[in-house]
Amino acid sequence: MSLVIKFTPDTFTNSPKTNHELSHIARTLRTDVVKSLYLAKSGHSGGSLDLSEIMTVLYFNGFLKYNSKNWKDKSRDRFVLSAGHLAPILYSTLARAGFFEVEELGTLRKLGTRLQGHPGLDTNLPGIETSAGSLGQGISIAIGMAMSHKYLDKTSQKVICITGDGELEEGTVWEAAMASSNFKLSNLCWIVDNNDCQIDGRVSEVMNIYPLREKFEAFGFDVIEIDGHNFDDIKMALSKYEANLKNTDKPTCIIAKTYMGKGVSFMENKYEWHGNPPNKDQTIQALNELEL
Amino acid sequence: MMNKYIYKGLVPTRKGFGEGLVELGERNSNIVVLGGDITGSVLTSYFKERFPDRFFSIGIAEANATTIAAGLALSGKIPFFASYSAFSAFRNADQLRISIAYNNVNVKIGGGHSGITVGPDGATHQSLEEIAFLRTLPNMTLIVPADYNETKKATIAAGEMIGPAFIRFGRSAVPSFTDENSSFEIGKANVLREGNDVAIVACGLMVWPALEAAEELSESYKINARVINLHTIKPIDSFTLTNAAKECGAIVTAEEHQIHGGLGSAVAEVIVKNTPVPMEFLGVNDRFGESGEPDELLNYFNLNPKGIIEKVLAVMKRK
Ligand SMILES: Cc1ncc(C[n+]2csc(CCOP(=O)(O)OP(=O)(O)O)c2C)c(N)n1
Repeated sequence: MSLVIKFTPDTFTNSPKTNHELSHIARTLRTDVVKSLYLAKSGHSGGSLDLSEIMTVLYFNGFLKYNSKNWKDKSRDRFVLSAGHLAPILYSTLARAGFFEVEELGTLRKLGTRLQGHPGLDTNLPGIETSAGSLGQGISIAIGMAMSHKYLDKTSQKVICITGDGELEEGTVWEAAMASSNFKLSNLCWIVDNNDCQIDGRVSEVMNIYPLREKFEAFGFDVIEIDGHNFDDIKMALSKYEANLKNTDKPTCIIAKTYMGKGVSFMENKYEWHGNPPNKDQTIQALNELEL
Repeated sequence: MMNKYIYKGLVPTRKGFGEGLVELGERNSNIVVLGGDITGSVLTSYFKERFPDRFFSIGIAEANATTIAAGLALSGKIPFFASYSAFSAFRNADQLRISIAYNNVNVKIGGGHSGITVGPDGATHQSLEEIAFLRTLPNMTLIVPADYNETKKATIAAGEMIGPAFIRFGRSAVPSFTDENSSFEIGKANVLREGNDVAIVACGLMVWPALEAAEELSESYKINARVINLHTIKPIDSFTLTNAAKECGAIVTAEEHQIHGGLGSAVAEVIVKNTPVPMEFLGVNDRFGESGEPDELLNYFNLNPKGIIEKVLAVMKRK
């Protein structure tokens, strides 16, 4: 069977939507991830796919404030992907939000591209707030941004950061956790992509990070545990964060239970799909399963 | 074509590292290995399978793993910790400096997936600075082997010497040309090809292109180049380098690393002091890497025989 990769040209608005509409967007993002990774012949499928619902709600339901045509607007909310290897889902989200042409998704990881294997600030790709790829650094970047907004600019924009769960094994992540409540960063929302998978296996086996809720609570967070694929859960958690931002001094931590590779049956919940692209047959099957 | 060295196909150097660890493990029960989640990438997985009781998974925590290794060494063990070079040389830089080098403990660090040839992952993963950093650490031995066999030997030699050592190797399959019987001694550079017009000093995956360049230089330009495999950057083989400067009168260095502070700088420190001669440096010139396929990137950065020949022609004019 021959396989010609084309990206649908659709972009989506950033306004409240029904779950049905949101799930259409999430499927579009998944399809982009599969296609761009197939073309790249390398990259991280599993985690990219499992963030589809969360990225959809963040960027397409009116939650994050941004202007894709004037993206450096000072009043924008900030989104930091600390798990830089999950760049494919970020690139797809940004393209579908109009930050750059959807076509460009086909250049992922190729020589000369702005879509580097891990996001690079040096590419000037619209929507990228920081380079990332050395795990555990993005969350501290987010804290710096939150401190800047809260104490120096005295503005109330949101700062959202996604880390992996394996990523929590890095020690500076817990220095960051300590700083979040020390500095009363109620404007910080830390989302943990809790798929329990990393490269060598289950997170609990490679280095046990659990119990997570108790850890983050002890570090002073308001912790919300959700199903990271359930739109209502995600919306509810983000509203709680918005309330925290207004009414409290507490940083928010959303522990999102996810399944690596979600949406593509043969990848689901398999850590082996942490860092591989689909081959041709797998891409055909995945695209069939994701058929819009 | 190359009398002593025969191309034997493409093999990744990391395979030599993984196999070397297993061989060390067979020889010495004090060898232990710490994993940093990418054991299947840097092939500490071989050791993990063979000696599960002497393998510990530390997770994605390079600073912690490095320091735990120091503790193990202070308790009589010979720990190896390996990750991508970007993380096992830099995410733990302070720990390498104080807990390993200053303590002068018997810890060995593997830096895999080094250089631009890690490829599409891009700049964050393409470590191009660790030679510069590691060679400034007192007590540290730094080895950058040229191919699969040499990486295996270097790993074993590092495990059998006493003191801190770092072995830098790569992800992609590279020409294999040394064999079981080729000599390898830490601190002793190998002269792979004789010649008296210019010396090409290289390490890591630039050694094979240096041999290719030398053949081309002799055929097309009647320039007879000496090729030196400087697999040990520290301690540096001043004797072999000084002789090369005296006998050839010009030197070109080639490395998959920043020019600033790397192999070329290390060679220059020796040459300038003992026998100043014109030098040219081939490497990455003060910029970060970027995504691309390994071979594509090597060509993009001119890290190939053509790049070496250009430098040789430039240095010959200055002789
Ligand atoms: C400091 C650092 N060490 C190691 C790596 C290599 N690495 C990339 S992704 C990854 C696993 C991350 O696990 P997790 O955060 O759970 O992400 P997921 O597997 O869910 O995608 C590792 C070890 C890295 N990028 N940075």
